[in-house]
Amino acid sequence: MKIEIGNGRVIDPKNGVDRSNASLYITDGSVAGIGEAPPGFVADQRIDATGCVVCPGLIDLGARLSSIEAELAAAVAGGVTSVVVPPDADPPLDEPELADRLVHRAADIGKARVLPLGALTLGLQGERLAELAGLKKAGCVAFSQAGKTVVDTEALLRAMEYAATFGFAVWLQPQDHWLARNGIAHEGEVASRLGLAGIPVAAETIAIATIVQLVRDTGCRVHLTRLSSAPGVALAARAREEGLPVTCDIGIHHLLMTDNDIGFFNPHARFNPPLRSEGDRQALSAAAAAGIAAICSDHTPVGADDKLLPFGEAKPGATGLEVLLSLMLRWAELTGVLLPAALACVTSVPAAVLGLPTGNLAVGAAADVCVFDPAAVWQLTAAALKSQGKNSPWLGCPMMGRVKATLVGGRVVYPA
Amino acid sequence: MHNPQLNANGELTHLLSIEGLPRAIITQILDTAASFMEVSARDVKKVPLLRGKSVFNLFFENSTRTRTTFEIAAKRLSADVINLDINKSSASKGETLLDTIDNLCAMHADLFVIRHASSGAPYLIAEHLQRAGRDDIHVVNAGDGRHAHPTQGLLDMYTIRHYKKDFTQLRVALVGDILHSRVARSDIHALTTVGVPEVRAIGPETLLPKHLDKLGVRVFHDMNEGLKDCDVVIMLRLQNERMAGALLPSAGEYFRHYGLTPQKLALARPDAIVMHPGPMNRGVEIHSEVADGPQAVILPQVTFGIAVRMAVMSIVAGN
Repeated sequence: MKIEIGNGRVIDPKNGVDRSNASLYITDGSVAGIGEAPPGFVADQRIDATGCVVCPGLIDLGARLSSIEAELAAAVAGGVTSVVVPPDADPPLDEPELADRLVHRAADIGKARVLPLGALTLGLQGERLAELAGLKKAGCVAFSQAGKTVVDTEALLRAMEYAATFGFAVWLQPQDHWLARNGIAHEGEVASRLGLAGIPVAAETIAIATIVQLVRDTGCRVHLTRLSSAPGVALAARAREEGLPVTCDIGIHHLLMTDNDIGFFNPHARFNPPLRSEGDRQALSAAAAAGIAAICSDHTPVGADDKLLPFGEAKPGATGLEVLLSLMLRWAELTGVLLPAALACVTSVPAAVLGLPTGNLAVGAAADVCVFDPAAVWQLTAAALKSQGKNSPWLGCPMMGRVKATLVGGRVVYPA
Repeated sequence: MHNPQLNANGELTHLLSIEGLPRAIITQILDTAASFMEVSARDVKKVPLLRGKSVFNLFFENSTRTRTTFEIAAKRLSADVINLDINKSSASKGETLLDTIDNLCAMHADLFVIRHASSGAPYLIAEHLQRAGRDDIHVVNAGDGRHAHPTQGLLDMYTIRHYKKDFTQLRVALVGDILHSRVARSDIHALTTVGVPEVRAIGPETLLPKHLDKLGVRVFHDMNEGLKDCDVVIMLRLQNERMAGALLPSAGEYFRHYGLTPQKLALARPDAIVMHPGPMNRGVEIHSEVADGPQAVILPQVTFGIAVRMAVMSIVAGN
């Protein structure tokens, strides 16, 4: 099977490619060339990408799949070709059998690639280790506590030692249990005004400081998920400068929103970690722009009833897979980040976190491709979303950039 | 951002918070309340402004005093009053807050008086009514979490105006647990809106919200310093559960530093008034001698509260 995606702007951030009016050639599921057709290439299928950007498929480092089928359809509709799934499903992904089932189910559906994170501890309780090697064998790419904390520092130390033994990576959302447990919003002026219990920035920095020290001691490779504060990204950057195996990501909403967006108690502005101040947002934005942090959707489908509650009782999180690209483009435009650098945050940077050969368009790479019209404007409505999660602070807003086609391993998976 | 408590004409349709209320509306409420003061002194303590209307007191959190004063206020306006103690009914059967509201709307409610433990709950209800196109149903916040207790804030303004006449020359101190206090937040917004030039907050760091200065408040940790030359001292209730965590060591130590004694009150202006939203903890935040002394206006606050609540209900349901 040979596919030509013709006449688009081909951007491959990892390899520094940015060519206008170029074609991407795909042979048997792999990239065969850019610009010039490989010898003897006769396309079986041609996708016209006039006016469109052709880039590596997006790699989303955090997406919860409430319904696997709907969410994977949502992923490819959003140009996402690989999704990392945190283990906080019901039941938590703490047994190899569960991981095995998820991987096979995703393969049967055949849309986006699913990269599960296994639970680091049984039931995500932060006490007893899950069978990490067994989970790895079943397809888990790393181990995580999702939004939960290992409260017991000794348990965290042992978990990291054990993971390091096998060379497994551990993904942690840095949040001190004690400082965060009663809070519902960033501890700042807005929370003071609205009478919402605060989560101080120290909840994040204390946790990062602990984790980074344990990385020094154990050599365990750690990925810090969903950073929310300026001092938090500064600590993560310092760990990298020190040469420690520490990477990080930021949820897209934290690059565009602050605690001010809570407005009159808008439950759609409730996130975990909380949206923080404008100064924090700017620091997160700078870290992403510098390629220090990956950007992810932190896709969290929440039922309508779970958002129709007072702010502090509403479930945190927003739908993300289908808006990641548009919001990322909005962020790039607002901050003046050029398109290739912005696309790197959702392609090559997350691929490097995962140590995957995807996230680029080098000859021979798997043809995971996203074709999108950067100028197309659409309105975000519940009906426009394939995801079961209709919860978004952007409902009713115009979205810039629309996916025209998504390919996974050279197969056109969107439009189906 | 659309302020959900004002209608398209900028009139008060719900009372959710003092924050964002124009000064003119606060003055309108206080003036209307003044006109109702006389009603409570009559033999027949009723005016027909809400005749035929149904006021639902929805208390998701226990309260006797606030609920009673709302009930009296609604009855003096000739409304039918229905008291619902939700703790003991729907919520325990798993009904959601908005389902409860929809059911009561179907019973032709005209005005909801809502107390809820979660900050922002009355906003959710007001927005829900707006989405449902029920502009004819009104919401009055009777206290939501730590966020707001706007009728208390207004009755405090009424009290201050009654005794001090002019807001623009005053020093007002709020003392105690400001962090957990919806009364304090409403008072701060009200005081800064009506033009009080100096609002002070006095308390230990553990009981003060962060960034209070950004709300226009001067923070004092030393009560002796903070009370100096104040015209109004508003004491806040300290709940016993605050001693359970690491916020305070003991009621005794709290009283020594932040309890209002006659000696400390002497640091304020000689004509200073002492207010308290009630219920008081004698010997914890306030000495009995002060609570029962000539400068205390705590009982008049309660009387004014009825007139202020009458004013609020008649204005929102009248707009």
